[in-house]
Amino acid sequence: MRLNCPHCGERSLEEFTYRGDATLRRPAADASAKSWVDYVYLRDNPAGRHEEYWYHGAGCRAWLVVDRDTTTHRVHSVRAAGSTSENTRLNHEHA
Amino acid sequence: MSSERYSLFSLLRESLRGHTGWKPAWRKASPQAAYDIVIVGGGGHGLATAYYLAQRYGIRRVAVLEKGWIGNGNIGRNTTIVRSNYLLPGNTPFYECSMKLWEGLEQDINYNAMVSQRGVLNLFHNDAQRNAYIRRGNAMRLHDIDAELLDASAVRAKLPFLNFDDARFPIQGGLLQRRGGTVRHDAVAWGYARAADKLGVDIIENCEVTGITITNGRVTGVETSRGPIAASKVGLACAGNSSRVAAMAGLRLPIESHVLQAFVTEGLKPFIDCVTTFGAGHFYISQSDKGGLVFGGDIDGYNSYAQRGNMPVVEDVVEGGMALMPRIGRARLLRQWGGLMDMSMDGSPIIDRTPVDQLYLNAGWCYGGFKATPASGLCFAHLLARDEPHEVATAYRLDRFGRGAVIDEKGMGAQPNLH
Repeated sequence: MRLNCPHCGERSLEEFTYRGDATLRRPAADASAKSWVDYVYLRDNPAGRHEEYWYHGAGCRAWLVVDRDTTTHRVHSVRAAGSTSENTRLNHEHA
Repeated sequence: MSSERYSLFSLLRESLRGHTGWKPAWRKASPQAAYDIVIVGGGGHGLATAYYLAQRYGIRRVAVLEKGWIGNGNIGRNTTIVRSNYLLPGNTPFYECSMKLWEGLEQDINYNAMVSQRGVLNLFHNDAQRNAYIRRGNAMRLHDIDAELLDASAVRAKLPFLNFDDARFPIQGGLLQRRGGTVRHDAVAWGYARAADKLGVDIIENCEVTGITITNGRVTGVETSRGPIAASKVGLACAGNSSRVAAMAGLRLPIESHVLQAFVTEGLKPFIDCVTTFGAGHFYISQSDKGGLVFGGDIDGYNSYAQRGNMPVVEDVVEGGMALMPRIGRARLLRQWGGLMDMSMDGSPIIDRTPVDQLYLNAGWCYGGFKATPASGLCFAHLLARDEPHEVATAYRLDRFGRGAVIDEKGMGAQPNLH
């Protein structure tokens, strides 16, 4: 399995750190304890396509969102997290 | 029932008869319409659960549903190590219960599981690790579990070929649990299957659960690839795939599935007489009775259901091996494989009821499920039979994450790939 970093090109896995499900959304600070517990601990853990964060620590040091199939390890897409991410959009909505 | 008692006498008799009288170890059962308890997952934990349900709790209308065949999953993919050298109060009594069950297992189920108490030695390489192992050893001894601190010369007498004088990670000693060791993993599956079958449990292979039937918030059975099966209670024991099966009942679990790789070399003459772990990297090794060096290290660290891993972890594991015992560089790797780990958010398992009535969960075994097999089966059987946790498994609750009562043996936090 290799990841095609949008900034650095195709690189080996040793350069990256995994940080799990990229579709989770941080609850508002005053959200209920239950929604915080769900956010911190519960996962869909799908068998199939999975959007996940990888950090390119030994490369451009950018956070990436990788769309990968957990049953085959096939990587469908890699994009930079950030400007286009759901987080930013949501933050704008909350602002 | 399908098989008779194994003994020296039966072996001699069959030797004289050209081994023509051996019978299959368990029946090829077909699903009945209804059971008292259906267990989803015919791995070590599911089979042990069925056995203890029948043997200790007298519940024999039990079916174990396995989507593949017995021994195909993690029970046949682990590195066969058993030990009870845990630190935290929630874990220590449970794993010692398991250790005691291992010690009596072969007589209990009348099956040679090759239980070998050859010792488990955890090496340390600096003062801080030494202090941590002294603390762990003391915690174990307070629970009446054997633990022995070895200095470097005692380790050297036992394993003279280790890399003692490495500039960065010199071996200063180790914590030894002599009662730990290895058990033949396939034989555990086969032995429990045979013993459960003898007590009337139906072991149904090639029967995949495709749905969980819930009526008014209460489980009434399962849908399977071999038709619907009604059940008063359903127990999930399908670690690796727990999230997928639990999702059929609308549950989200504090679990990610990860891949763990393991390795075995060609057969060599005996030279490692105990399970040995490297303290400066993640590497553990033992030598099988057949002579192969069986070893492993970290999980790959990303979600996976693929049952195979990637090269960076292979490299990391063999680097650990070379740092600890340079002579293994001469050995040739025979096989490498991967298994699916239910990585829970605190690194500890779950044996509990679920929010759905009559649906019970045995999950989250991370990469430590094999050693737990007997106690997991016993405690899950207790929960299914009595509807209350077994006294050594009271901490393994599903709601502990929300209560802040996590059991984080490594102190890593809520990120599965750090455990």
